Amino acid sequence: MNGKLKFVPENYKISDLVKDLKISLKKVAIELNQEIMDKKKISKITLKKDDKMEIVHFIGGG
Amino acid sequence: MKNDKIVIANKKFNSRLIVGTGKYKSMTECAKAIKFSGAEIVTVAVRRVNIIDKKKPLLMDYVDPKKITYLPNTAGCFTSEEALRTLRLAREIGGWKLVKLEVLGDKKNLFPDMIETLKSTEVLAKEGFKVMVYCSDDPLMAKRLENSGADAIMPLAAPIGSGLGIQNKTNIEIIRNQTKLPLIIDAGLGQASDATIAMELGCDGVLVNTAIAKAKKPYDMALAFKNAVIAGRHSFLAGRINKYLYGNASSPKTGIIK
Repeated sequence: MNGKLKFVPENYKISDLVKDLKISLKKVAIELNQEIMDKKKISKITLKKDDKMEIVHFIGGG
Repeated sequence: MKNDKIVIANKKFNSRLIVGTGKYKSMTECAKAIKFSGAEIVTVAVRRVNIIDKKKPLLMDYVDPKKITYLPNTAGCFTSEEALRTLRLAREIGGWKLVKLEVLGDKKNLFPDMIETLKSTEVLAKEGFKVMVYCSDDPLMAKRLENSGADAIMPLAAPIGSGLGIQNKTNIEIIRNQTKLPLIIDAGLGQASDATIAMELGCDGVLVNTAIAKAKKPYDMALAFKNAVIAGRHSFLAGRINKYLYGNASSPKTGIIK
């Protein structure tokens, strides 16, 4: 996740991860294996071994 | 002058100054500088969430996207694929369709890779994005961007962060004369008077980051840029006098005491 290894329990959904990391969904976008996730559907997507996830937000930039 | 608004992708803005939100000492300083600048649009970058340090201040907590228009950019992207991926993610954060495309071609001079930029503009326009495009000051490329669906042409004044000011006024004027799209000088300005020059050339606006963020007094420089853009715009609309090689007295030549 975001370039770092992360171990998650079995049957762990993307929504569980967002909750555990205390991320405000309104402020981020989520990509799973280079596919942008619909934030409304993340409670239905279970993470699998070797999944690659990116969670991004806005920061200062020119 | 009252109704002299800049229209970008059918949206009207009072301020012709767009500011970047990078390079500030803190989010507080950034937010305050934006207020001094009077900018209604700010550029923002898309980056990974810091999952380790969750206490790190978030831009959205300091600059309210409901009050200030966020213009997500693709800074740091060197290919069309990277830029497209970044802007699709930006759109997903909260429906942002107005974006700044910037595909760099060289790490040292940070010049835009116009081939990749052109390719990306076409795809983004087809996907419904409103694309403001950072580009070289080449009139032919500017024309191609326009034909590819760009919503604003944003040629550089000089390399990003260089502070050199407008290096090729002739090309900027040629681009001005050939396009009805918003023309915004992006990158390379160093001081407020550079913005005035851009506006006097007929540009519709300027985009500034480093010159404000790295000034000794960022708030004062933000205010200076605000006023410089207004002054330049007024000056352009007022219409300058012709240039003469020799003197032309301002006072009447008659009635002089002898």
